[in-house]
Amino acid sequence: MDLISRFKSGIGLIVLVIGLSFASDYFLTVHNLINVARQISINAILAFGMTFVILTSGIDLSVGSMLALSSIITASLLTGGYPIFIAILAGLLVGTLLGLANGLMVAKAKMPAFIVTLGMMAIARGLTLDYSNGRPISGFDEGFRIIGAGHIGFIPIPVIVMILILLICYIILKKTPFGRYIYAIGGNENAAKLSGINTDVVKTSAYVISGFLAGVSGVILAARLNSAQPTAGTGYELNAIAAVVLGGTSLAGGRGNIIGTIIGALIIGILHNGLNLLDVSSFYQSVAKGAVILVAVFLDRRSKRN
Amino acid sequence: MRNKLIAIALILVVAVGVLGCQNNTKQSKEKEGLKIGLAVSTQNNPFFVDLKNGAEKKAKKLGIELLTVDAQDDAAKQQNSIEDLIMKEVDVLIINPVDGDAVVSAIESANEADIPVITVDRGANGGEVVSHIASDNVEGGKMAADFIAKKLNEKGKVVELEGIPGTSAARDRGKGFNKGIKEYGDIEVIANQPADFNRAKGMTVMENILQSESNIDAVFAHNDSMALGAIEAIKAADRSDEITVVGFDAIDDAVKSVKEGKLAATIAQKPGLMGEMAVETAKKVANDKKVKDYTPVPLKLITE
Repeated sequence: MDLISRFKSGIGLIVLVIGLSFASDYFLTVHNLINVARQISINAILAFGMTFVILTSGIDLSVGSMLALSSIITASLLTGGYPIFIAILAGLLVGTLLGLANGLMVAKAKMPAFIVTLGMMAIARGLTLDYSNGRPISGFDEGFRIIGAGHIGFIPIPVIVMILILLICYIILKKTPFGRYIYAIGGNENAAKLSGINTDVVKTSAYVISGFLAGVSGVILAARLNSAQPTAGTGYELNAIAAVVLGGTSLAGGRGNIIGTIIGALIIGILHNGLNLLDVSSFYQSVAKGAVILVAVFLDRRSKRN
Repeated sequence: MRNKLIAIALILVVAVGVLGCQNNTKQSKEKEGLKIGLAVSTQNNPFFVDLKNGAEKKAKKLGIELLTVDAQDDAAKQQNSIEDLIMKEVDVLIINPVDGDAVVSAIESANEADIPVITVDRGANGGEVVSHIASDNVEGGKMAADFIAKKLNEKGKVVELEGIPGTSAARDRGKGFNKGIKEYGDIEVIANQPADFNRAKGMTVMENILQSESNIDAVFAHNDSMALGAIEAIKAADRSDEITVVGFDAIDDAVKSVKEGKLAATIAQKPGLMGEMAVETAKKVANDKKVKDYTPVPLKLITE
């Protein structure tokens, strides 16, 4: 089943690529494909964290706001003259701590993930606006900007970071006991608990990973734009969830994988890029994205029923 | 399983195919002409919808292919879609930035690709921009001065409520206004104080001025919020009959207030004209003609 569902989104991606290659002369060029890879990096990194959370049958609606807060904190430390290393660390720490708070409320206090992360979404956004007075923070050293705008060879650094995180997540989920516990909790939490898994720790960790990766995205976004925006990341949680679901991970938890998520993120990114190249208005792009998600979930449901 | 794969494939192929066909016919028809990219900050605000419509109207008239992308107020999304326009090898880029700092990276990408960039309404704080097109705030300030002079029969005492000190809008509107007033020897600006474009502050600052000045004939506020605040203060002091208030921006509340006869006038921007002028300028740039680095767009006085 695992293999087939991965195969399915992969086919969708390939069909999309072939279709767009015929529809636009500009699509299938090395330059554009690298462009797409860089464009999806933020969403993909958020979606990797989201995959852990959704596999435990949870949800994280706060990633977009955590991204914004991390990005503003990092930016304000940078412009305040702190070393790049400290600024980045603080940004990552903010995401991680908020993720930890989410995890503890969901796992220990047994509060519903939807509500917990909805609350965190509002809190993190409010803190961001308060901390920044609603104003963007701009103008960083070249050394920091490299993280968002630099290249190694011809591959943008955000893409390299994305691939590294993908590999690490793949190894964690496939090759470690922790990865197996994540699947076990999503499959049947009681059974997991009875078999001796410390479900609270594992569940909390999933939210910590999600928060940490939101921090990573926030740092990259600030570096890429050379500016931290207090309104950054609005609606990004939905794009991340969409990537996970398109990748065939079940919202009920326990089934899915990280390769599916990167494929899902690619489908969304390529859809946006392709429709921009085809000069389709952003309103219809939104319709198209929604339709693709619905079709994917519909097919997923049907395959499960069979 | 096989059925499902075919279903997905069909849906995607049909969707992409339909969109693709539309585009191919367009491309082949207009291959000779210019291709201009327009990146707007949002389409959830009538101001920017008017801007886009103006640009589209002009492009159609001039036979230019205009590719519009909408950032939905997300600076990151704007950067992505500007990169997509660069991929499409547009001849000129017209950008209405979400944020003046965040847009710089995208402008630098365009500079690298040798695509000239024009900014509209909001400027960019870096990168190479060949021309900036925005409202003529200096002219707007002068319009307010002329209107007040006419209203007062060229004689009287005027208060100026200034916007946030240092902002270009406050600077330019103040400059135009004071220059305009100087042309009328018998009109005197008896007080000018900043009220930071803020309605509550406009009210308190006006309250203080009303205390110290027993003779005021008119107030010019650098924006409508301050003007509406000042009107409240004037009403509370029961001096509405003697004082003429003029605002700036034509926000909905202000236009309503003008209709009700409380606000004498406000000055409106012309976003549609801004879009038209952006496309005209882009055409000139594409044809290697010289353009000014700032093109002011005229404003409109609203008095009823």
